[in-house]
This record gives sequence, C-alpha cells and structure tokens, in this order.
Amino acid sequence: MMLMGGGRPGAHGGGGRPGGPMGAMFKGDSARDFRGTMRKLIQYLGRHRAAVLIVFVFAVVSTAANIAGPKLLGQATTELFEGVLAQLGGTGGIDFDAIGQIVLQVLALYLASALFAYIQGWIMANVSTDITYRLRRDLSEKINRLPLRYYDGTTHGEVLSRITNDVDTINQTLSQSLTQIITSAVTVVGVLVMMLSINWVMTLVALLMIPLSMVVVGLIVGQSQKFFKQQQDYLGHVNGHVEEMYGGHVVMKAFNGEAESIAKFDISNNQLYASAWMSQFLSGLLMPLTMFIGNLGYVAIAILGGWLAVQGAITVGDIQAFIQYVRSFTQPITQLANISNILQQTAAAAERVFEFLAVEEEIPDPAEPVQLAEPAGHVEFRDVHFGYSPDKIVINDFSAVAHPGQKVAIVGPTGAGKTTMVKLLMRFYDVNSGAILVDGHDLRDFTRRDLRQLFGMVLQDTWLYNDTILENIRYGRPGATDAEVIAAAQAAHVDHFVHTLPDGYHMILNEEATNISQGQMQLLTIARAVLADPRILILDEATSSVDTRTEILIQRAMDNLMNDKRRTSFVIAHRLSTIRDADLILVMNHGDVIEQGTHAELLAAGGFYADLYNSQFDRPEASLAA
Amino acid sequence: MLRLFRFWKPYLGSVLLAILLLFAQANFDLALPDYLSKIVNTGIQQGGVESAVPAAIRQQQMKRLVIFMSADDKVAVLDAYTLVDQNAADYAAVLAKYPAVADEPVYVLQATDPATLDRLNPIMAKPWLAVSGIEQALADPAKAEQMKASGFDLSRVPPGMDLFGLLGQLPAAQLATITGALNDKFAALGDKMLIQAATQPVKAEYEALGVDTNQMQTDYVLATGGWMLALTLASVVCTIAVGLLSARTAAGMARDIRRALFQRVESFSNTEFDKFSTASLITRTTNDITQLQLVTVLVIRMVFYAPMMATGGIIRVIGKDSAMSWLIAVAVVVLISLILGVLVVTLPKFQMVQKLVDRLNLVARENLAGLLVVRAFNMQPFEEQRFDTANKDLTAVSLFVNRAMVVMMPMMMLVMNGLSLAIIWVGAHQVAEANMQVGDMMAYLQYAMQIMFSFLMLSMLMIFLPRASVSGDRIAEVLAVEPAIRDPQHPQAFPAPFQGSIEFRNVSFRYPGADEDALHDVSFTARPGELTGLIGATGAGKSTIVNLIPRFYDVTAGAVLVDGVDIRAVAQHALRDQIGLVPQKSNLFSGTIESNLRYADKDASPEQLQLAADIAQAAEFINAKPEGLAAEIAQGGTNVSGGQKQRLSIARALVKQPPIYLFDDSFSALDLKTDAALRRALQARTHGSTRLIVSQRVSTIKNAEQIIVLDEGRVVAQGTHAQLMESCEIYREIALSQLSQEALA
Repeated sequence: MMLMGGGRPGAHGGGGRPGGPMGAMFKGDSARDFRGTMRKLIQYLGRHRAAVLIVFVFAVVSTAANIAGPKLLGQATTELFEGVLAQLGGTGGIDFDAIGQIVLQVLALYLASALFAYIQGWIMANVSTDITYRLRRDLSEKINRLPLRYYDGTTHGEVLSRITNDVDTINQTLSQSLTQIITSAVTVVGVLVMMLSINWVMTLVALLMIPLSMVVVGLIVGQSQKFFKQQQDYLGHVNGHVEEMYGGHVVMKAFNGEAESIAKFDISNNQLYASAWMSQFLSGLLMPLTMFIGNLGYVAIAILGGWLAVQGAITVGDIQAFIQYVRSFTQPITQLANISNILQQTAAAAERVFEFLAVEEEIPDPAEPVQLAEPAGHVEFRDVHFGYSPDKIVINDFSAVAHPGQKVAIVGPTGAGKTTMVKLLMRFYDVNSGAILVDGHDLRDFTRRDLRQLFGMVLQDTWLYNDTILENIRYGRPGATDAEVIAAAQAAHVDHFVHTLPDGYHMILNEEATNISQGQMQLLTIARAVLADPRILILDEATSSVDTRTEILIQRAMDNLMNDKRRTSFVIAHRLSTIRDADLILVMNHGDVIEQGTHAELLAAGGFYADLYNSQFDRPEASLAA
Repeated sequence: MLRLFRFWKPYLGSVLLAILLLFAQANFDLALPDYLSKIVNTGIQQGGVESAVPAAIRQQQMKRLVIFMSADDKVAVLDAYTLVDQNAADYAAVLAKYPAVADEPVYVLQATDPATLDRLNPIMAKPWLAVSGIEQALADPAKAEQMKASGFDLSRVPPGMDLFGLLGQLPAAQLATITGALNDKFAALGDKMLIQAATQPVKAEYEALGVDTNQMQTDYVLATGGWMLALTLASVVCTIAVGLLSARTAAGMARDIRRALFQRVESFSNTEFDKFSTASLITRTTNDITQLQLVTVLVIRMVFYAPMMATGGIIRVIGKDSAMSWLIAVAVVVLISLILGVLVVTLPKFQMVQKLVDRLNLVARENLAGLLVVRAFNMQPFEEQRFDTANKDLTAVSLFVNRAMVVMMPMMMLVMNGLSLAIIWVGAHQVAEANMQVGDMMAYLQYAMQIMFSFLMLSMLMIFLPRASVSGDRIAEVLAVEPAIRDPQHPQAFPAPFQGSIEFRNVSFRYPGADEDALHDVSFTARPGELTGLIGATGAGKSTIVNLIPRFYDVTAGAVLVDGVDIRAVAQHALRDQIGLVPQKSNLFSGTIESNLRYADKDASPEQLQLAADIAQAAEFINAKPEGLAAEIAQGGTNVSGGQKQRLSIARALVKQPPIYLFDDSFSALDLKTDAALRRALQARTHGSTRLIVSQRVSTIKNAEQIIVLDEGRVVAQGTHAQLMESCEIYREIALSQLSQEALA
C-alpha cells in the first residue's frame, strides 16, 4: 500500500456487479471490434491450440454419451412395463436379462462420459490458468515500458482494472464459459435429436417452451435492467457519501456535521432500498419462472405422452426418457442465451487488455549509448521547449548551465514549471525541441538506466511501498548492507523517530501504519536518496513538509556529501533559506526562466525574485522585531 | 454472523411466511411426479380404470361375480350398489351414461367415500379375475388347458351349459373348495397386483356397458394432467410470493445494517479510525453489506427450500417403497462426502486466493503510484519480480482450486446417474414382485433426483455461507465497538459568557498502541484575543496538541480545560461549536463552494460568506470562476489546486466566526505573499478570538503574543519572539534559517 504525501484520494472499494449467477444477465459493455479481438485472443491461446481442440472433442463426446443415457434407460423401462403386462396377463414375465444388459450399457456410457468430462476439465484448467498468468505478466511488464505521457491521460484505476477485472473476465470465460458453450450446444442438438427420434409431435410441444421462456426472460430482463441501473446509481451515491464522510471524518466532527451526514445518508439509503429489492426480486424471478415453464412442459409432455402411449404411438419408457430430456433441455438454452452476453463482455475485456498491450512504448535506448567512466556532473539546458500537450507549452526556450558541484535552486510560484524541469532532467518526458546535456552529451544518447543512475531524486509526492522501513530505504541501492542503510537513515534523521515506532526498522509500512506523519515519510525518502549517493541530486520541494530545524541537519549532511564528491544538485523549493545558499538561482514564472543569478545579485536587480523575497515580511511599516 | 441476528428480528414475520410458502411449494412440486405415475399406472397401464370397483355393473355380470364372494362380502358389495331398471327414477340419466341399461338392469355404484371403496377393491378384484379367467377359458381352448393345470378342468362341463349358473347352484362347501384353490393362486400375486389385473375385466365390463373406454382413458389422462397444471400454477404463485418476501427482507436488512453501521462509524473518534483504517471501514459499509444481502436471499430461498424438498422427497419415497430408500440414502451419503471432501480441501484455498488477489492488486497499485520513483531508481526488474512472485503464487493456488472443482462435477453427475441405474435395476425386481408398479418406479426416479438435487444445493451453499460469515463478522466487529470518546452522563455547560481560553494542564498523551508518549507534561494557556503560536520539529507533537483540543483524542494524563472546564465534562457538540478548525490536510466535500462554506454554519448570510472568502484571500479565484460561489467541487476537491483548497478550508472556519480558531499548519500551501496578506486580514478580523496557529514558518507566528516551542513532545520554551530569540537556542536556529539577519534585527 503506497503512502502518498500528495493527498490524492485513495482507491475505492466499489460496490461490485450485482448478483453472482445472475451477473451475466446484467448487460455490460461491448467490444468495438468483436471479430478482431476474438482473433487476437485465439492467437494468444497459441501453443495451447492442440489442447483446446482436445478439450472440445472430449466435451462433445462426454455430452453425447450423457445424452444417450435416458433413451436407453427408457428402453429398459419399456421392457419392464411390457414384462409386467405379460406377467399380469399370464403370458410371461419380465426379461431381466435384457434389462440388465441395457443397464450395463448405460453404466459404461456414463462412466465414459464422466472420464472424458474430467480429462477435459483438467486440461482446460491448465490452459486457462496459464493464459491468465501470461496476460497478467505481460500487463505488468508493459506498465514499466510505457512512456509517462500515457499515464497523464489514464487513471491508475483504469490500468489496475485491466490487470484485475478484465483478466478475471477472460479467465472466467476460458475456464467455464468456453466448455459450457460446447456442452450446451451439443446438449441442445443432441437432446433435440433424441426427442425427435421418439416422437415429433411431443418434440414440437417441447419446443414451444423455448419461445415462451425467451419471452418471459426477455420481459423480466428488460424490466429489471431499469432497476439494476437505478440500483447501481443509488449504490454509487451511497458509497460516494460513505467514502467522503469517512475520509473527511475529522472535518465532519470538527464542524458537528454528524446529524446532517446521517440525514443525507438516510435519503440515499432509502432510495437504494427501493430499487434494490425490486431488482433483486426481478432477477430472482428468473430461475423459478424458467422452472415453471419447464414444469409446464413437463405437464404437457406427461399428458401428451400419456395420450400417445394409449394410442400406442410411443412406449411408456419413451415417456420417461422424454421427460428426462425435457428437464435437461431448458438449462442449456438459457445458458446459450447468456452466451452472447458473456462473449460480448469477454471481448470487451480482451479488447481493453490488448489495447493496453499495444500502446506505443518509450523510444528505445540508443544502440550505442554513451557511457561515462567518470561523470563530472555538468548539466546544460539548451533552448528547451516542452509541453505536456501540443497546445500547452509549459517550458519556453529555456537555457542554463550548472557546473559540477554547484547547487542550483529553481524557484517560482506554483505552476511555473519547476517540477517539469525535474521530469525532463530524468528523461521522464522528452523535450519538444532543444536539448539537455549531461557532461556535454545529449540525454537521449544515454541508456535510461545509466542516466538515472546518475541522478538521485526526492519528490514532493512521497512514495513508499508495502515492506519494512529497512527495505524501503534499501530501495535506493539494492545490495546495501544493513549498516549502510542505518547510516543513511541517521544522516536523514530518520533513526530517532524510527525507534519510537513499534518494531523499529522492521515495521512494515502499510495502510494501517500508526501515525507516520507526512514529514516522517519525506525523511524516509531522503534517507533512500542518501543511500543511493548520486552524482546529481534533485530535490523537488522535498523539504517543505519537514520543519526547518530538521532541514538544517539534513542539509548539513547533504553538504558534506556534496562537497566530498562534487555533487551537482538541483533544488526546487519555496523556502528561501534553501535558496539563499545556492550557487545559482533560476527564477521561473509561466514556464520561462525570467531571472538567473545568485541571491545577492537578484535582490540587487530588484525584479520578480526580490519581490518574492520581500513579501515574506509584513507591511514595511510594521516593526520587524517582535 | 449470528451476532447480526437482531437485524433479522423485524423481518421474522416475512421469513416465517416465506417458509410456509416454501413448504407449500415443495409439496406442490413433489406431488407432480405422483400424478405422472398415476398417468402411467392408471391412465396407460390400467386403461383409465382406477379400481376394481366399477361405477356400474350389468346385473348378469354381478350374478357371476357374487358366486366368488363370501357371504359377508356379497352383502357389502350389494349394499354399495343400486339396481336400476327401466322403471327407476334416474333411468334416463343412467341410460345416457350406460346405454346397455336399455337391454338389462344395471347396478349403479352409490357409495362414494374412499374408505368403502378401498375396502371393496380387493374384495371385488378376485371375483373379477375368477370370472374373467373362466370366461377366457370358455372362449379359448388354450386358456382352458392352463386352467386345467391349476385344477379346474372345464372339459368335464358339457358344452352349452351355463357354467356360471351351475357354479351358482353349487353347495357352499364345494364352492368354497373351488374358490379356495383360486384364492391360493391369487394370494401369490398380492392385492396390488390383483387390483391391477382386475382392471382389465372391469374395462371389458365398461365396454359391455356401452361406455367409450377410449374416451374414458383419454379423459382420465387429461384430468390428471389438469391437476398437474393446477399444481404447477400454485407452485409458481408460491415462488413469486417467496421471491418478493425474500427480496424485501434482504434489501430491508441491508438497509438497516448499513444505517446502523454508518451511524456507528460517524460516532467514532479518531482512535477507532486509526484502529480500523478508513479504507477498511468503507469496504465494510459497502462491499460486505452487499455480500450479506446476496446471501440472505440465498438463505431464505435455498437453505429453507432444499431441506424441505429433501425431507418431502424422502417421505414420499419411504411411502412408496421403503426397500429402495436405502439406495437413495447410500447415494446421498456418497454425494455429500464427495462434496464435503472437495470443499474441505478447497475452501481454505479459496480464502488464500482472495488474499493473493489482494496482494497482486497491492503490488500493481504501488508500481503505478510510484512510476517516477521506480524508473528513477531503475527498479523495474525488481518491481516485475515482485509482481511475478505474487502472480506465480496466485496461479499455483488457482490451478489447484480449478482442478479440484473439475473433479466435482463429473463425479456428481456419475453419482446421480448411477443412482438412476440402480433404481431401475432394483425397481424392476420390485415391480416383478408386485411391490410397486412401473409408474411408481418412474415417480421414484423423479423423487430421487429431486432429493439429490436438494442436497447438492445445500452443499453449494457451503461455499457462499463462509464468505458471508466473514462479511458478517467484519460488520459485527465494527458495530460492537463503542467509541472511546463519549459524552458524559450529565454534561456540564460552559460558563457564560464564553471567553475561549484554552489551558493545557500537565497534559501527557500517548497514541493507542505506541510505546512512547507523544506529549510529556505539556502545560500552557492560550488566552482569548491572543495569538498563540506552536512551533517545533516534525513529530514534536504540534498536531497532536491541536487534535486534543476538540477532543478528537482524550489525554492520558493531565487535562485540557476550556474556560476552566475540563473538556471531558462537556458535550462534544457544545465544545466543537466553539471551535473553528482548519486541519493540516484541507478536506472539501463534493458540492459547491457555497455548500462547503455553509458547512460551518447553515444559516450564514451571503455577506458572511463573502466576508470569509475575502479574508481567506479566496475571493479572487472564486470570482474568477463563472459560477462563482456556485462552482462545483468534485469529490476530494480534485478540481481545485492545493492552495485554493486551503484557502477555502480557512474560509469555512471563518464563516463559523467561532471564539476559538485552530490553524494546523494551514498556510503551508500558500506562497509567502498570500500567506502574509491572509494573516493581516485575519489579525484584523479575528483579533478578539483565541487563535492557535501551528506553523513551520517563524514569519507566520512572529507576532504572536505567545509562542510555544515544542521538541519531542515537551514544551522547551514559551514566550514572545524577542524573548525566545534571546533565550531559546532551538528557536533561534529555526528563525535564523528562515529570515535574514536584518529582518530579525
């Protein structure tokens, strides 16, 4: 669980799709290019194609074997019936041999069916789990290869949903629905054939059930859609309110907003109730009503079958077989009706996944990259133009030089372009025109890996991950010894407060972390950077949440490091104390560097910087002393 | 799960009604196979003839029948019938039904009560068979041979002789010998078989009476079918009613629990939020309740229905033939052991899968959140490895679970199919021994399937219930928690008029679960009309102090007093009414700017709002928006910048015009210029109130009447800026780092 210092709202729990078994009934989204996506999906099956074929064949065989059963059993019953009649009439008895034979045949069929079904399921389980694994893996690898630009336009939630929801949908379809399609289709056809072989009139009657149930299902689904949507909407309202109130609990309490909050909740909750029970009721009707129609069929068959048997058109055993067929007829039909919905959903999910996998990746590293044996830390910006979007240029024609070992401060109001500078330095984005040079070489001539090894970065948005404090600091230089990690922690003044925490360095950072304040988080990220010991340091407003007393101590440690290895540092801050000591100050506003110079020079120049500096005081008239 | 039972109570009535309806439905559904068996047994096999007691018998035939009855039986039978001839009153009616009455008188059955008919059934069956046997033998020499074999030699009867007349005149003893021989033969067949066999001659009788037996048969089949239809309809009505009840119950329960949960959480103090974590509370209020709702419906429909079907089926099965019921019992046992076996193995794995999915999500989420850091530290391989580990773990368990489930289905089908085969095989033998009829066997098959199915349903429920139980527990856990901060039984009131002085008296505080105090023996007073500044290092305890004043936490030692009254003695509501808090993280609610400002005071006038906005330096950007105050604020305040959020947060507190202001590092997102302007305006406007400002910037609190310097939870110095510059080294360091020497001179 990441700990964010930037105050972004956390991930939502979400209400989830309504109803498990009825989930397919809820009309989800549909793919834009159904065929294309399906083709890609089949391609992805790739090496499993043979296995899938076997699965199909086995499924067909298994189902066919199952279907033949009732007909044969019906023959046994007929044998029995006729035997009884003969016995009553005194003309003979029941032919147990014949019956026994039939029973054994059917037993063999059922055993075979079970065996095939088992093998087929086993293979399918393997195939689907493997595909799911690969999809997830490919997605995760893709995440780190996409340019940051992509993430400007896509929320994290959307990307996450690819890995979880969409892959899950595909998995579900592969492991269950796919074979279901086969078995259902085969069952329907097979049962139909069997029924026809017994009696076509009865088959017709049985077939009447289909349009009947479709009408019923259609009616119900149509009605319930409305309520489902309403339910989702109201659920959204309720959940939104809950999230907001829980997230803003302190404010709510501080302003005595409890009563109002509960009143507002009640309204939404009651609305939710109204549509919830209605949609639950309607969706719950589906199965019983289809069963009812099934029963109707049963009755009709019983009557018709009885009448036909009286006429001698069919045998008693046929009635029994027919009834069993009819009973097993409705379920596959509803399943098949669902299939189109399921396939649509799956195609939509697969489409999203493949879309993501197809997004253009970052410009690849150069084939023959520059390698610096002894990086000096000379950084130059040359006529840099840059914008996140083509119509919004943030950096206009910027040029500056930072000599090795210098401290460069970048100041300016929010939105001036300061964080952007950092992102350009680290080549998270490429400049539109112009160039950034390190030790005289264009950034783009390095591999990204080498380039970023040169830099150490501490950002405004702290980022830590779900592991111990020790490991989080070690992230800066994997392979560092514990002693080195603790030394870095001490340099960043993390050591003291870590000892006040339960488990100390081995405390695992997660959502339930007790009172890790923003400032403490920042100290951890600083410790991480200290451990990384980079040639070029970038501090992006890192110290703004750390009070100045601690900052001094850190700065002292940093200074030592900087002086020793002639480290070049770029500091972006609001704090004038940080800036005061800089060798070079870049003053930015509206994307441009409007002033450059040292503190003294800029004050003397009396421009924007001087203005900014002077505004920290009260009115000139007011006394500066207490 | 059971802890939530009190939420079921209001719906107990509906649930009971539903159970009743389910019971009715189960019976209706179970009766259907019964009727099917009737169609087969009576309709087809017996040609529509239900018993050996026909509705009418020709006189001549009756004479023959009574030969084979004992004296008592004869009386009983004749009692049940009335002789109708041409002179009878209802002759016309009888003629319509039985045309043969035109030729000879006919006995018409009067008795209708089932008890009498049941008694007469076997009594009449044997005579029918005897008579029909003789009649057949008379007609067919081959049959005569058969009868000879059983001791009845017809060849000794002179041809043309009225055999029956002869028999009728035999002395009782001789007749008894003959009937005795016949009875022995019949005894071997058993009553049921006899009645079955007797229906043939009865049918012949009907034909002789002029009844259209085909029509009779068809009528019977149709009538029975009609009953089945009625049953089906009744069953569906029950289903719909149950569906309605269960839906309302489940949704109603969900609504009630949701409300109770929300109310409880709203009453929580910070301590409980720390304990449960916000996200967990949200999930419990949303997801977990949805789970419960789904399960409630399932429970009502299946947990009650399935056992009823099972028991109903079992009862009928035993009623039909107890010899075969052991078959079903065995099958049930096998089925249940199979399912339980699989479930026992897979259920813990299911839970593991859930956890692993969460872990996968977590890793992916972190990766996404830290894209910059990951790339900056070149940690992509590390992240991919982390994900791969989680992925592999999940895959392994998923595979196992999948495979286990794959075993289940074919096995279950096999058991059910095997049972059908066994029933047919054993049933055939039972039919041969006349213990049951073919139609019964068919009905038996249906019952068996229904019973199996019910047990199947029950076992499937085992999957859902644990998950719901977990949800239920999570909800109950929250409901059981009493907030740590509560109002006293008899809350005191603040002395009027309210001044707003805050005193910390030897306050020590430790966060729950921490092993060190966050505050040690802190004492100071913030006086009305004065600005008190709090400054210190990170973790020094500044925010903690601010949190203690509105009583978000209770002190662990010492006391916080407002106007001399311990805040634990007053109602929280009253206390917070007097406080305007601007927290460290500015939090806006979805709505409009105006609604956010009004959150502090619903009845604020537009002028008040405007004024507050002005002071907070927010008026400028508000007016820049086309909608002005009516501009929308999205959830989480994402459509305004950090600085704007803070200013609105400050304006909100200002609207309240409280006697006490608490500013927890509330100016950090503002640039120095705005910060200064804001403080100037604040000073002008609120100088009558008690103001407590926590800040990192010395410039913010430089002009405070009192500055309190905190270090590691202790007050190390108090005083004015000038005093502290002289006496407190820590303060001096901080100040010097922020302002140049001249500014401080």
